[in-house]
Amino acid sequence: MALIEVDSICKRYVRRARTTGRGAALRGLFVREKVVTDALSDVSFTIEAGELVGYIGPNGAGKSTTVKLLAGILTPDSGTCRINGLVPWEERREHVARIGVVFGQRTQLWWDLPVIESFDLLADIYRLDRTHYETTRDRLIDRLSIGPFLEQPVRQLSLGQRMRADLAASLLHRPRILFLDEPTIGLDAPGKLAIRDFVRTINAEEGVTVILTTHDMDDIEALSSRLMIINSGRIVADGAPSILTDELARNREVVVDVTPAHGGEARPPEGTLAAALERSRTRWSLEGGRFRFDVDPTVLSVPELIRLVGEQYTMRDISIETAPIEEVVRRIYARTDGGANAPTASS
Amino acid sequence: MTGTRLYWRLVGISIRSQMQYKVSFILQSLGQMIVTGGEFLGIWALFDRFGTLQEWAFHEIAVLYGLANVAFSVADALTNGFDSAGYLIRKGEFDRVMVRPRSTVLLLLGYEFTVRRIGRFLQGAAILSYGLVVSSESGAPLGLVGTAATLLWAIVGAVALFVGIRIIQACVSFKTVQSIEVMNVFTYGGVYASGYPFTIYVRWFRMLFTYGVPLAAVTYYPALLLMGRLDPGGAVRWIGWVSPIAGVAFLMVSLVIWRFALRWYSSTGT
Ligand SMILES: Nc1ncnc2c1ncn2[C@@H]1O[C@H](COP(=O)(O)OP(=O)(O)OP(=O)(O)O)[C@@H](O)[C@H]1O
Ligand SMILES: [Mg+2]
Repeated sequence: MALIEVDSICKRYVRRARTTGRGAALRGLFVREKVVTDALSDVSFTIEAGELVGYIGPNGAGKSTTVKLLAGILTPDSGTCRINGLVPWEERREHVARIGVVFGQRTQLWWDLPVIESFDLLADIYRLDRTHYETTRDRLIDRLSIGPFLEQPVRQLSLGQRMRADLAASLLHRPRILFLDEPTIGLDAPGKLAIRDFVRTINAEEGVTVILTTHDMDDIEALSSRLMIINSGRIVADGAPSILTDELARNREVVVDVTPAHGGEARPPEGTLAAALERSRTRWSLEGGRFRFDVDPTVLSVPELIRLVGEQYTMRDISIETAPIEEVVRRIYARTDGGANAPTASS
Repeated sequence: MTGTRLYWRLVGISIRSQMQYKVSFILQSLGQMIVTGGEFLGIWALFDRFGTLQEWAFHEIAVLYGLANVAFSVADALTNGFDSAGYLIRKGEFDRVMVRPRSTVLLLLGYEFTVRRIGRFLQGAAILSYGLVVSSESGAPLGLVGTAATLLWAIVGAVALFVGIRIIQACVSFKTVQSIEVMNVFTYGGVYASGYPFTIYVRWFRMLFTYGVPLAAVTYYPALLLMGRLDPGGAVRWIGWVSPIAGVAFLMVSLVIWRFALRWYSSTGT
């Protein structure tokens, strides 16, 4: 049995909003229109112990909703989930004692308490054994360099300091699973590096299973061995980052500088080249003697393309590139955007 | 750490942080005292003018009023976490409660012990004492121990009832995140209503606060015993010794509703 098993989960938010339109002000006094958002539609996945999963998707895709369900905060409308064999929202207390959660947007600590006192209070809340707790705490303080601001109230911390304190707090009870919702949001480059480093370490050295949401592609490239992409409430891709690149970003950008055979401006492709481009539906442009082809090598191979170009033009230079991960992700978002979880109104 | 010890620890932290702003604490306590004091002054003025209210003497009103206010001030101090549930949900802070391996009720009770409610408490206690002293002088039969025990039991019931109302109020805020002033009818309105004998009210109102939200059971009936009077409505004399149990029952029911209502919680988008 996998550590985390999520099966066909659906989650719909129903919000009551004031009505708009004719007579709305008056009707609004009595009826509120329902605004329905399908945040998750039939989401399924499994995660094995020790994995480090990057969970990405555009704004409003359903990442935080997924994390809140896995953390026992929300109850889904349908579907099942077992983590360590427990259903998070049914056996909430047993479940949350075994997981750590960090929401980058918001601290889990006590605003007015010094960091160290927040930690002590958590030790009581989690019923931790004093000596075990102190060992764990001191190691976390050391690893995350929290020492210098231990005595400061949380409200006085910088964002980077707060995030490190939050990360330490989420691990005091030595959970085997860690959920991180945008842990690098708003941090500067060194801040991000510190968080990434730490997350990689606890995953690699201590085998903590990590699920991390982010909008930062560097996080993904630096961390994840597995990527799950969600869009409009549906998982649209799941696999190793390289597999995604191969499969979904197989298109190559081929740039060829040409000199027309008879001088003057290069004329558009003709004959066999034009036919091949047409057949393979390759998008291309020609400007100032520079061709740009966006070619799918499984339909039209790059050597074949070059050969055909060579028949018609004299080539001066060639470069071939694969799309960077940002571009891949952008394409997947665009391709899979059905707008399925756009809010719909009904009364 | 046991639930009770954790509760005291959280209360300690909350009191310490309220004491960081001493001046504001003192002013707010005084403010509460003046507001509730003014309210009672109004009642006094009424009696000064008319003498009695449907055969009820001023000191008897003082017992009712004092009992309701003492109990409510205690409940109010205990339940600020529930009272602020709507705010906590909007701010996303309730997520924090949900990810802790502890009872959500315990954590919300520990969210804040609102010390400034002492304003209403002291004022209510003073008026209650006055009412009890005059009652005993005019021949209330319970004696010191009997009075103390009856009073304590009534306060337990009434605090339980008000806490229960606050919990249900918080349940409602899971459904509509908008603030729900309507529920104040039962808290502030309830306290105000308990300041007068229930016999003066119209029937549907009496029914609502006897059987729906059993306010009469925790204030009016035990107060009759304290002032040594019989119910003009004809209830048996000893009912006031039994009735506060209704407050405790109400609290139990509200806790069951709370457990279900947690499923309605839908957190907040950012
Ligand atoms: N408490 C809520 N009530 C109503 N709608 C909500 C609530 N929380 C989220 N939503 C809606 O559900 C959808 C999914 O939101 P979610 O927060 O899970 O997205 P996300 O992937 O975390 O986005 P982001 O990258 O912006 O953090 C969005 O359309 C959002 O507006
Ligand atoms: Mg989010």
